[in-house]
Amino acid sequence: MAEVHDGAAGSEVEKHETAAPAPATAVVRADRIPNPGFPPERLRVTDLDPKKEKQAERTVSGLFLLSIVGSIIAVVAYIVLPIEEGNPGSVRLNNLFLGVGITLGLLGIGIGAVHWSKALMHGHELVEQRHPTRGSDESRTRAVEIFRESNKESGFTRRSLVRNTLIGALVATPIPAVALFRDLAPEEDPIALLKQTMWEEGTRLALDPSGVPIRASDVTIGSVFHVIPEGLAELESHRLEEKAKAAVLLMRLPPDELNIREGRETWSYDGIVAYSKICTHVGCPVALYEQQTHHLLCPCHQSQFDVANHCEVIFGPAARPLPQLPITVDDEGYLVARRDFEEPVGPSFWEREL
Amino acid sequence: MALSSTASSRRAGRRSPLVTTALLVAGLLATGGVYALVATSASADTRAASAQLVDEGGKLFAANCATCHGLAAQGTAAGPSLIGVGALAVDFQVGTGRMPLAASGPQADVKPVQFTQEQIDAMAAWVAELAPGPAIPADRYLAGDGDAANGAQLFRTNCAMCHNVAGAGGALTEGKWAPGLSNIDPVHVYAAMVTGPQNMPVFSDLNLSPEDKNDIITYLRYLDENPSVGGFDLGSLGPVSEGLFIWIFGLGALVAVTIWLTAKSN
Amino acid sequence: MSTTAAAPATGSTEAVPSRGMRFTGWAANYVDERTSASTAVKALGRKIFPDHWSFMLGEVALYSFIVILLSGTFLTFFFDPSMTEVEYEGSYLPLNGIPMSVAYATSLDISFEIRGGLLMRQVHHWAALLFVASIGLHMLRVFFTGAFRKPRELNWIVGFLLFVMAMALGFTGYSLPDDLLSGNGLRIIDGMIKAVPVAGGWISYLLFGNEFPGTDIIPRLYVLHIMLLPAITIALIGIHMVLLVVNKHTQFAAPGRTNDNVVGAPVMPVFAAKAGGFFFIVFGVIVLIASFFTINPIWNYGPYDPSPVSAGTQPDWYIGFADGALRLIPSNLESVIFGYTWSWGVLIPLVGLVLFLAVVALYPFLEAWVSGDKREHHIAERPRNAPARTAIGAAGVVFYAVLWAAASSDLIATHFRLSIEGVILALQTLAIAGPIIAYLVTKRVCLALQRKDREIALHGFESGRIVRLPGGEYIEVHEQLDDYERWKLVSYEEYQPLMVRPDDRGRITVRQRVRAGLSRWFFEDRIAPVTVRELEQQKH
Repeated sequence: MAEVHDGAAGSEVEKHETAAPAPATAVVRADRIPNPGFPPERLRVTDLDPKKEKQAERTVSGLFLLSIVGSIIAVVAYIVLPIEEGNPGSVRLNNLFLGVGITLGLLGIGIGAVHWSKALMHGHELVEQRHPTRGSDESRTRAVEIFRESNKESGFTRRSLVRNTLIGALVATPIPAVALFRDLAPEEDPIALLKQTMWEEGTRLALDPSGVPIRASDVTIGSVFHVIPEGLAELESHRLEEKAKAAVLLMRLPPDELNIREGRETWSYDGIVAYSKICTHVGCPVALYEQQTHHLLCPCHQSQFDVANHCEVIFGPAARPLPQLPITVDDEGYLVARRDFEEPVGPSFWEREL
Repeated sequence: MALSSTASSRRAGRRSPLVTTALLVAGLLATGGVYALVATSASADTRAASAQLVDEGGKLFAANCATCHGLAAQGTAAGPSLIGVGALAVDFQVGTGRMPLAASGPQADVKPVQFTQEQIDAMAAWVAELAPGPAIPADRYLAGDGDAANGAQLFRTNCAMCHNVAGAGGALTEGKWAPGLSNIDPVHVYAAMVTGPQNMPVFSDLNLSPEDKNDIITYLRYLDENPSVGGFDLGSLGPVSEGLFIWIFGLGALVAVTIWLTAKSN
Repeated sequence: MSTTAAAPATGSTEAVPSRGMRFTGWAANYVDERTSASTAVKALGRKIFPDHWSFMLGEVALYSFIVILLSGTFLTFFFDPSMTEVEYEGSYLPLNGIPMSVAYATSLDISFEIRGGLLMRQVHHWAALLFVASIGLHMLRVFFTGAFRKPRELNWIVGFLLFVMAMALGFTGYSLPDDLLSGNGLRIIDGMIKAVPVAGGWISYLLFGNEFPGTDIIPRLYVLHIMLLPAITIALIGIHMVLLVVNKHTQFAAPGRTNDNVVGAPVMPVFAAKAGGFFFIVFGVIVLIASFFTINPIWNYGPYDPSPVSAGTQPDWYIGFADGALRLIPSNLESVIFGYTWSWGVLIPLVGLVLFLAVVALYPFLEAWVSGDKREHHIAERPRNAPARTAIGAAGVVFYAVLWAAASSDLIATHFRLSIEGVILALQTLAIAGPIIAYLVTKRVCLALQRKDREIALHGFESGRIVRLPGGEYIEVHEQLDDYERWKLVSYEEYQPLMVRPDDRGRITVRQRVRAGLSRWFFEDRIAPVTVRELEQQKH
């Protein structure tokens, strides 16, 4: 139990001499400077001066009264500052005054209680002895005895077949739970899904979000179009899932600045190129296009891709170029996909190259 | 608005406070810097220019711009050709103080404007005479009275990746940046979309129609007129400023309280 | 027993008790006869808590968690986690008529239609940031004062798990509004999961209930966020508190305070008043911040859509170190081995962070093994008196801070007018060199401070008084410390490096060598505390 030391100078410091555990590499010196014991106590002004004590009492109750006022302010603010439809200013006022009222209500109690304890409550320090955390030898012996007896009574170690089959059974029980997780998602092969998008031969390139198809002649040099496949905007289901794979950036570069990769001569149209917008790093939309440097920047992790050089990675953590969508124009002059992407879009996954 | 003062002062800090005359001289001598010159075929409206205005613009151009852009605006090693950029590009570049260029750097910065609107109009008229290009749009596309919801959606798709969803601006590559968009003159917002200054892509009328552009202007105006309902917006910079705030001010204040709490009373 | 405290109310037998007292007495008796509550009051009512400001940091965490529970419960009354698509018809004009999930629409309604809803949302989110921040600071305090040593290693583990839980709670909560910011956060998580070897694609598919983003993830995260994770967190907090009571709190060395006692204020009434008052102060400060400062203005971001993104897309601060690690990896790290793809660019930071966290969790056991010290330690060390530990901690802090800073590389670039590439390169360099420099500098600083302490303990401090000796020589008078002041400077543990000794069969095992090497690393540079003999020699 706690005791008051009352600052009695040099009061005895008790030592618990239990079987001391090994200090190992700790240096234990015999001529350590001893603990001098508690210093004399310093009294507070409220202990010495009844006037100050009275004053502190008034401050504390004043703070508690302030808290009541704050709570009332909060209720009043709730009523007199309603939220008016379409007026964001009213939301701000409501938030501000309701909050300030509640703050006063809380801080009044908090500061008051702390001031009470600091200035008015018994200010002496008390001392409590520590005991080693380990149970007493007696209880440890008894605990061992209990385990031994229950082992004997149950035959846990003796009947090893029973025990081992039990362990086996316990290990097996979570397996159904793991199996249950299979139906977290529908019966489809996710890997196959990752490898295809909504683009197919003849799908028109359309504006995001309106879905209006784009003519090649609309795409002026220096412009960037945020593109979705035509028909995506009207999808009844899986619209976002499809968009998460099919989003494309369309840019037109001066043909002399565009290096076309071997084998991709037919993938662009008159300097117009289409690349997947989904970062090959972890999938953010790589949407920042600089029309003079022809660099694309991902705002999430700062990967940079060079559109003029088939979107190879020039900076940042991405590891692969953005996949290119082969495009051409149809009879009416609209930009269309030649076929789907030739590689999976977005972040890498284990079976990507299979 | 008082509630957005932190944000606007930070943005104001980005605009270099160099001395006006020094800027002008330096701008004329600057050798670096790049400039947008892409023409778009479509434009919303045109404004007739008198011969006298064109004439005056020519003189101003020769005195202030020709060092870099050439006497006939044909472009030099120091600055691109301005033939066909149109009046709108001139209004944007000079009207925001980006031109004349102060110093070579990653990109031209917003500065105090060097010319009166009349002078800018004159230069714009002269440049517009050189070859057809985007002109100042009709007032109805700058009114900011369109569909804020459509504007916000278009803004998120086409602008937010560089300028941030709340128009706080953001970083580009190699020291370039997309500027903040609070309290920008609608004509400059419109002009930036049409002319694609510096590394900003061009948004022609077939990509974003003039009505769409007005919707975007409407949304930006809504953001200017309605400060955050939650209180000070900490620069609208997202979780980073919130995290710094809670560590420095939130936890800082509470640590101060713990020190008071555990200090022995007098 | 206390000398002045009045007899406790329980079972009070005052001569003429007032009506109130009689009722209290009756009620106390009623409760005790049914619960044996007096036993608990007897055991805990006068428990001692030492006073030091840094001992209150864990309380900040505990109280902000209570605030989170209260405000979060309010939010659940209005929030609907469904991902069904609706058209927004609320009062925030720039989203009018926009299709969005019910989750996002109800989040907006909480902000714009319900009085106090926005306040509660902001209280909840600010309190969450404060919760993780105060846990972090509390852990640093425990680490740098060696308060994780025996018998508190297990409680360190419990605390570490609470830190992980806090991050998990934070991340699941961050994702719930289903706005553009949180959706892009989930997209990044999806990308990271897909990089996991063998099962990545499948895990992502099952987690999202379909291809990303699917229509299941928000309800699933919601269940984790409001049920499973809080339940685990509350259980862990319970264990943390019980162990705190069992182990009793550590205290700093001071005259009269030893390894065998606790000196401070009793739970009733002083500590209860302080701690209770402090709860209201923490709550009040959170509400104050929430009423003046916007947090996560979800209305700006719009509904989640895989195509748009905002400049400055970042996670909340406590996930920042992971995001920063992703940003610092160099380009083009990916290999295909037997047709299977290893995306090292994601795996290296992922594994690196898990290792970093594992080192944090297991550090107490490492230090205990190195020192071999099996004694209980209840005196919180001054950081300078354990130079190696303090230096390791400083290195860890710098490493974490660099990763954290990397998460805002783009904002650093725009605000200080630097290029992003330069900032990343500097941070990549700092991530490797920073911890090493921090280690070396901190260790030297600690040793220098110890030397200074020793000097002062032996020779006293400079009084500022200049005296001219008869011979004309000027000296500054040094004033000796009194015993109480000196105690703080001399009362620390000292260790020496472990000597490698052959075992019974005359062999020196690898284990032994490693341990000796680590021990040298920890304890080779050391400053011994002043001893009685030295002090006496000094006096003569």
